[in-house]
Amino acid sequence: MARVLRSVVTTALAILVIVAVWEGYKWAGQQTGGNWPGTGIELPVSTDDIIMPHVSDIAAELVSDIRDGRSTLPVSVFLLKKAWFTLQEAAIGFFLGSAVGIGLAVLMLRWRVAERGLLPWINVSQTVPLIALAPIIVTWGRNQGLPDIVCISLISTYLTFFPVAVSALRGLQSPDSAHVELMRSYAAPWRTTLFKLRLPAARPYLFPAFKIAATLSVVGAIVGEISIGTKTGLGRSILEFAQRYAVWPERLYASVIGAAVLGLFVFGMISLAERLVLRRTDEVVA
Amino acid sequence: MSTGGDVPAVVVDGVGMVFNEGTGGEVAALDGIDLTIRAGEFVTLIGPSGCGKSTLLRLIGDLLTPTAGGVSVFGRSAHESRTGQDYGMVFQHAGLFDWRKVQANIELPLELRGWSRSDRGARSSEMLDLVKLDEFSDHYPRQLSGGMQQRVSIARALSFEPRLLLMDEPFGALDEMTREHMQSELLRIWGETGTTVVFVTHSISEAAFLSNRVIVLSPRPGRVHSIIDVALGERTPDTREDPDFFAAATTIREALRSVGGAE
Ligand SMILES: Nc1ncnc2c1ncn2[C@@H]1O[C@H](COP(=O)(O)OP(=O)(O)OP(=O)(O)O)[C@@H](O)[C@H]1O
Ligand SMILES: [Mg+2]
Repeated sequence: MARVLRSVVTTALAILVIVAVWEGYKWAGQQTGGNWPGTGIELPVSTDDIIMPHVSDIAAELVSDIRDGRSTLPVSVFLLKKAWFTLQEAAIGFFLGSAVGIGLAVLMLRWRVAERGLLPWINVSQTVPLIALAPIIVTWGRNQGLPDIVCISLISTYLTFFPVAVSALRGLQSPDSAHVELMRSYAAPWRTTLFKLRLPAARPYLFPAFKIAATLSVVGAIVGEISIGTKTGLGRSILEFAQRYAVWPERLYASVIGAAVLGLFVFGMISLAERLVLRRTDEVVA
Repeated sequence: MSTGGDVPAVVVDGVGMVFNEGTGGEVAALDGIDLTIRAGEFVTLIGPSGCGKSTLLRLIGDLLTPTAGGVSVFGRSAHESRTGQDYGMVFQHAGLFDWRKVQANIELPLELRGWSRSDRGARSSEMLDLVKLDEFSDHYPRQLSGGMQQRVSIARALSFEPRLLLMDEPFGALDEMTREHMQSELLRIWGETGTTVVFVTHSISEAAFLSNRVIVLSPRPGRVHSIIDVALGERTPDTREDPDFFAAATTIREALRSVGGAE
């Protein structure tokens, strides 16, 4: 309980600091006419109301009304509804990507040759720009007759499998030779050693990777929505609001906050799962 | 299993072990080892560091394959014995699984043998009783002292009544008092289970206190230098002050000196 309270307090403090820095910078910039104090040199980020709207205006935007189909609702609720779609895509992508990542790690563990053959390609795969890859995945998926939500989640999959594969491999290789020999002395088959020793030993390596993967899966889903041109989702809202940024910057910032909240939410879910799964050994350390 | 009572527990026959054979970095670890260990015996391997004690133990346990000669265990090849799950092993570090409670650690080999949950539970509580850790069944290994962890490790190795218990410096990381206590415990358990034990140690007093026979190895490559019979009868705490005990220790010490190993 104290732990929850502490994290609530630190989060609130962090938000306060960000707001203070934002408003402080904006205020100072406007005092000096957008220049470094005492010089004629422009500040790196302009402090006008388009580039940096007041935090209070962004907050007001969150509670102001927006039309969604035939109904009107507050922007925050609107964003939450959109985020719900994005979350589903991200979740599919996350689970698929984690499964692929763990599967690849097991393959690489089983066959050294696979490790040597696969690892470079796994690394290369992450250097292909997402912007280029997204339309390819989407077009391919649609040609296969996959629903859009799956096509989008495939982009998340592409982003998530990488950190999971790399960490899972390290985790699966983490048991020391005494443990491996013990299993050998029991004449345990490879599969048994995998399930009784290597996978449990990999869990502390997996969770940090899951956290990165979960956040990336949200990014993937948003990028996927934008490149597929869906009619809903956070990505769609961000795209729409970005087009009207020059006249209505608060709205884009509001949707960015929505994306950040979604990212924090999935991160929090994984942390919770980690605590539940690893609690038993954590208790000892604490 | 239809092995008669006279079948030796372990026969090591002309065993040699060369690591990295055929490459530039060959290491001749063992050469021409002949050894017979009777069923129910407690045999200790002692010798200078690097003389091949662990290697010999691992050859008996089929964790390594000899480059010359062969090992048989209860009349079968070492490989058949391992796949037949005849071995219990205890290493210097307890090697417990952090994520399993004490009881689940002890039950691991039983799980691998497909024992039912209730059979496992019954056996693990017997074993916990044997190593006097009943109250700690629900603890995680990290909540236990080194000596307690090592006892769990011994309980785990004994849980399935292995015919052969291989121990590589199991008490090496323990302080002197705990160590002596563990030695007595091990002998008590050995007496109760009647299993055959091959035990590696650096300690002369440990070898003298525990064994029926002490095998002294000489280094580079490892060979059997001498085999010392220790006839001390039933061990009690007083055994450690017995002149016969000192005599046995002296014999071992002299053998070790002549192969160039300090204690
Ligand atoms: N996997 C291996 N590859 C190459 N050489 C090895 C390997 N294992 C052991 N050796 C070598 O074999 C020799 C015997 O090693 P071993 O571990 O059996 O000695 P030991 O008597 O158990 O020593 P200690 O008392 O220090 O534990 C050493 O020279 C060692 O370097
Ligand atoms: Mg050794």
